[in-house]
Amino acid sequence: MSWFTPQLTANLWAMTQALIILLGAVLLGAVMTIVERRLLGLWQDRYGPNRVGPFGLLQLIADMIKIFFKEDWIPPFSDRVLFVLAPGIAMASLLLAFIIIPITPGWGVADLHIGLLFFFAMAGINVYAVLFGGWASGNKYALIGAMRASAQTLSYEVFIGLAVMGVVAMTGSFNMRDIVAAQEDVWFVIPQFLGFLTFLIAGIAVTHRHPFDQPEAEQELADGYHVEYSSMKFGMYFIGEYVGMLLVSALIVTLFFGGWHGPWLPPIVWFALKTGAFLMFFVLLRASLPRPRYDRVMSFGWKVCLPLTLINLLVTGAVVLLVPG
Amino acid sequence: MFKLLTEGTWSLIRTMGIVLGHSFAKRETVNYPEQEVYLPPRFRGRIVLTRDPDGEERCVACNLCAVACPVDCISLQKGEQDDGRWYPEFFRINFSRCIFCGMCEEACPTSAIQLTPDFEMGEYKRQELVYEKEDLLINGPGKDHDYHFYKVAGMAIGGKDKGKAQNEKEPIDVKTLLP
Repeated sequence: MSWFTPQLTANLWAMTQALIILLGAVLLGAVMTIVERRLLGLWQDRYGPNRVGPFGLLQLIADMIKIFFKEDWIPPFSDRVLFVLAPGIAMASLLLAFIIIPITPGWGVADLHIGLLFFFAMAGINVYAVLFGGWASGNKYALIGAMRASAQTLSYEVFIGLAVMGVVAMTGSFNMRDIVAAQEDVWFVIPQFLGFLTFLIAGIAVTHRHPFDQPEAEQELADGYHVEYSSMKFGMYFIGEYVGMLLVSALIVTLFFGGWHGPWLPPIVWFALKTGAFLMFFVLLRASLPRPRYDRVMSFGWKVCLPLTLINLLVTGAVVLLVPG
Repeated sequence: MFKLLTEGTWSLIRTMGIVLGHSFAKRETVNYPEQEVYLPPRFRGRIVLTRDPDGEERCVACNLCAVACPVDCISLQKGEQDDGRWYPEFFRINFSRCIFCGMCEEACPTSAIQLTPDFEMGEYKRQELVYEKEDLLINGPGKDHDYHFYKVAGMAIGGKDKGKAQNEKEPIDVKTLLP
C-alpha cells in the first residue's frame, strides 16, 4: 500500500495553497504601501519614492530593513502583555479573514458554509487589536484614538452586516462560492446598488482608511492608538491596515462584482483586475477627500447609512418573497 | 436634508474626478541630479573673489565685507605690495556658517567679492567647507566687467600718482590757497 495516497496529496496541495495565499496577502499588503505612495504622488503631480531600484520598486526592501532595525521600545508605563499582543491580533485577524475569499474556481483556502459570518467575526476581533493597543499604551492620545476606533467600528459593523444581507437573501447562502456562482449572469452591484454603496463606506470605516481615519488623525491625536508603537510592532499595525484594505477590496469584488466572472480573460486575471481597481479607488479616496469631524462620521453612519441599508434590506426581502423563483 | 446629501455626494464625486484627472498632468518635481536646475543669474550661491581686467586681485582688504557679514564667516588680513597696492594676505570664508545673504557683495567697494549661481558645495568633512583665498579666487572680473578700482580711485600706487586717475583733478597744493 502506497504511503502517498491521493488524500495526502490533496491535503498537501490545500496546505500549499493556504500558505501561498497567506504569504501573497502579506506581501501584497506590503507592496501596497509603496504603490499607495506612488499613486498619491501621481495625483499630487509629484513622483513619490522613485529612487531605490527601477521605478522605486526596491523602496519596499529599504523600508523593511529600516523598520526591522529600529529600536523596539516598550513603554515602561504600558501594560506589557496586551501591548505585545495587540499588533499580533491586528494582523492575524484580518489575515485569517482571507481564508473565506474564493479567488478562482480552484483557488481558495476554506469553503466555509458560514463564510460571510466568519469575516464579521474576524472584523469584530480586529476591534480588540485597536482597543488593546490604545489601552495598553498608557497614553491619552492612544486611548482617545482607541475609543474613537472602537465606537466607529462597532457602529459601522452594525450595517456592514445588514448591507450584505441583501446579497445573502438573494443567494440564499452565506457561502462565498455560492454567492459568486449566483452572479454568473448579473453582478450583484446592479440589483444591490444601495447595499454595495453602504458596504463600501462601512468597509472603509472598518479598516480605518481615509476619510474615516479619525482614530489615527495626525492633527488631533498624533496617530491615535499606535502612537506608542515602534519598529515592527508599528509595522504590523501598518501592514495590517493594508491587509484590511486588500481584504475589503476582495470582499467587494466577491460580493458585488462577480468575483472571478468575466469574459475572455482567465478567472485569476479578472479577480486581480477588479481587486486592483478597488485598491486604487481606496487610494484615490485618500488623495481627494477631506477628513470629516468625528461626530459627523458617527451621525452619518447612524442617520444616513443605517436607514439606507434597512430600506435596501426591506425592498430586497419583499422582492425575494414576492417574485417566485 | 436630501438636497444637502445629493449636493455633498456630487461634490465628493467631482473632487475625486478632478484628482483622478491629475494622473495625466505634468509633474512638478525636478529630478535634480539628473535634471538641471534653472538658477536665475542673480541667484546667491558660492562666493568668489574676482580680478580686475588686468588680472590683478581686486580685493583691497578693507574689511568691509567682514564687518557687514551678519554671521562673521569672513576673516582676512591686510598686506601691502611694494607698489603700494593693498591685498589680503589671507582671505577665508567659512561656508559652514555662511548664509548667502549677499551683504558682503553689497558692502564691497571694489566689486571684488561676488556671489555666483552655484550651490553644489556639499562636503563630508566640515573643515573642508572653510575656503581659503586660492579656493575663492577666479580668473575673471565676474559681473562687473570693466571696473578697475585703482584706475578710478585717488590712491597713489607705483606707476600712478595722485591726480592721475580717471576723472580726477590734480591735487591742490593747499599752501597756495593761503591769502
